Amino acid sequence: MPNVITSDASPTPVIRIEGVRKDYTMGDNIVHALRGVDLTAERGEMLAIMGASGSGKSTLMNMLGCLDTPTSGSYWLDGIRVDGLNRNQLADLRNEKLGFVFQGFNLLARTSALDNVELPLLYDRAGRWKNTKELAAEALRRVGLDDRLDHQPSELSGGQQQRVAIARALVTAPTLLLADEPTGNLDSHMTVEIMSLFQELNDQGITIVMVTHEPDVAQYCKRVVEVRDGRIKRDHPVEDRHNAAADLRQLLATEPEEEEDPGIMVEETV
Amino acid sequence: MKSSVLIRVAGESIKKNKMRTLLTMLGIVIGVGAVIIMVAVGQGAQRGIANQINALGTNLLVITAGASNTSGVSQGAQAFNRLTIDDAEKLKREGTLFAGVTPVVMTRVQVLAGGTNWRTTINGVSTDWQTVRDWQTSSGDFFTDNDLRGMRKVALIGQTVADNLFPGVDPVGSQIQIRNEPFDIVGVLAKKGQNAVGQDQDDIVVMPYTTAQTRLSGNTRIWQILVSATSQQDITAAQQEAAAIMRESHKIGDGDDDFTVRNQTEIANAAQGTTKIMTWLLASIASVSLIVGGIGIMNIMLVSVTERTREIGIRMAIGARGSDVLTQFLVESIVMSVLGGAVGLVVGVGGASLVARFTGWSTEVPIAAVALAIGFSAAVGVFFGFYPARKAAALDPIQALRYE
Ligand SMILES: Nc1ncnc2c1ncn2[C@@H]1O[C@H](COP(=O)(O)OP(=O)(O)O)[C@@H](O)[C@H]1O
Ligand SMILES: [Mg+2]
Repeated sequence: MPNVITSDASPTPVIRIEGVRKDYTMGDNIVHALRGVDLTAERGEMLAIMGASGSGKSTLMNMLGCLDTPTSGSYWLDGIRVDGLNRNQLADLRNEKLGFVFQGFNLLARTSALDNVELPLLYDRAGRWKNTKELAAEALRRVGLDDRLDHQPSELSGGQQQRVAIARALVTAPTLLLADEPTGNLDSHMTVEIMSLFQELNDQGITIVMVTHEPDVAQYCKRVVEVRDGRIKRDHPVEDRHNAAADLRQLLATEPEEEEDPGIMVEETV
Repeated sequence: MKSSVLIRVAGESIKKNKMRTLLTMLGIVIGVGAVIIMVAVGQGAQRGIANQINALGTNLLVITAGASNTSGVSQGAQAFNRLTIDDAEKLKREGTLFAGVTPVVMTRVQVLAGGTNWRTTINGVSTDWQTVRDWQTSSGDFFTDNDLRGMRKVALIGQTVADNLFPGVDPVGSQIQIRNEPFDIVGVLAKKGQNAVGQDQDDIVVMPYTTAQTRLSGNTRIWQILVSATSQQDITAAQQEAAAIMRESHKIGDGDDDFTVRNQTEIANAAQGTTKIMTWLLASIASVSLIVGGIGIMNIMLVSVTERTREIGIRMAIGARGSDVLTQFLVESIVMSVLGGAVGLVVGVGGASLVARFTGWSTEVPIAAVALAIGFSAAVGVFFGFYPARKAAALDPIQALRYE
């Protein structure tokens, strides 16, 4: 059983990693993707991980997302020791505690928005969820897509697809929402829209960690962690944090013609 | 995942690839259909043989040369040609439970009448043959004991022989030529039709065995002695009595039988044994196509796993265990093969009745074959779906998510 830390007087941090290293063996070479990372994130944080390509951001996210375990070092997710868990325990932990949002949306093709969002509920082993369809519809309502329940990904715009993905991440009421470059495939307008949604969710108390290349996007977060060569180089709070909702209103006021047309059927399939 | 959800997921994925699924299922459809048709034909033949043998005559016992092993197959070369007219006469004389006794001499000949040729089988028998085989005449009468004693050249012909040599006229009173000897036709046997294995029973010429043995050159040994018991209840006793008389006639002890007395049930079993082997042989050949169908499923599932690598990654990221993915793909291949099996069942049953209509064979689809076909196709789904499913389950979620 995972050991739960109870000794701390302060509330359990959502993320606590200590001295995490990750090595990849490539033939005779060993790639040190992470070279000793310490990081703690409290409940309600909105954290941006930044860094150059190849600096180890994705590796760190995979670790945080319980998709991979560190070569050495420790990781506690919501007080549960993650390193040393087996494949099945990791899968269960992902289902119970985490929500994922990917750059490429990663929705199931030819599957309705509702069915996509319902999916994580169906993999729950504790049998916590009863009326899964209703919960999925509720999550889609939260991201403003209550009129798109039966649409398939190919019938939705990029921004809408990412909102379906966010609804899917939200539906299990996760402790931590992880997003790897969630706005990487979106234009600036949709980016602000999605960030506005993230800010709204964060205001409701959801802890968010996202990887981003764009300083503009990081500016909507509360804290920025900069990674270089597998180490954390800087860790600082965001000054002059932007409000995405306000930016969005401003965008709509200056260029009303470019309002996203929800009726457009985009013919690209995932 | 709940099983209802699993079935739904499998159903959706099958629906998304309709054409491919249909083509994959076709292999199983053909396999199961072929097995069912083969079994139906074989089973029908077995049933037909049983009916036929029961219709051979009433309370029939058949004595043949050679000892039998338990499966009823004659063996022992020394035993051939050991049935004699003396045996038949002794049985006739001393039997108390017999309604009739007749030796049967059999030979294939060419029969001529009015310039027409017909190849048929001669049965040389005694007058008891009519009782033993329970076979009436449709015209004329059976030959008499006088004909038998006098070795007279008289014959009865079956309906087929009559139709071919004397179309449209009553042959009684006409003559036929057999090996350059003229024979008077005294009667025509009533039509009996085909037997279970498709032989025309009416393609026959019957004459006194004395005539057959003296007037016809060639192999005219006694093929068998037919005995009919006085009643159904006496069958076993009659069988023992016949054996006892035969031993006395052959001057042999209890364990040295050089002949076999079989009742109808035993004959039916022996005949059915052969068909049973044929049925199994045909069914096994047909099931090869089922295996080929299974390989088709495996192929498609492997393609499907590769194509859906990203989907598998997504499912794993949101909490699917390896076992969930394994079950998903396994259920998919089982649903596919069982659906194929069900359609194959319909095709098989329909095909069997078509075969019956066009060939005139009787076919019969046993319930066991239905259960076996469905069970077997499910097993094919499990067997050939397991490897691809396990491959899917073993994927690393990170690699799978990165897959293009
Ligand atoms: N599966 C892997 N096998 C080998 N090397 C890897 C693997 N994943 C990442 N790396 C290496 O680890 C380093 C960090 O990669 P990554 O975490 O993907 O960086 P980022 O997401 O910041 O671009 C890179 O040098 C990359 O080549
Ligand atoms: Mg990366």
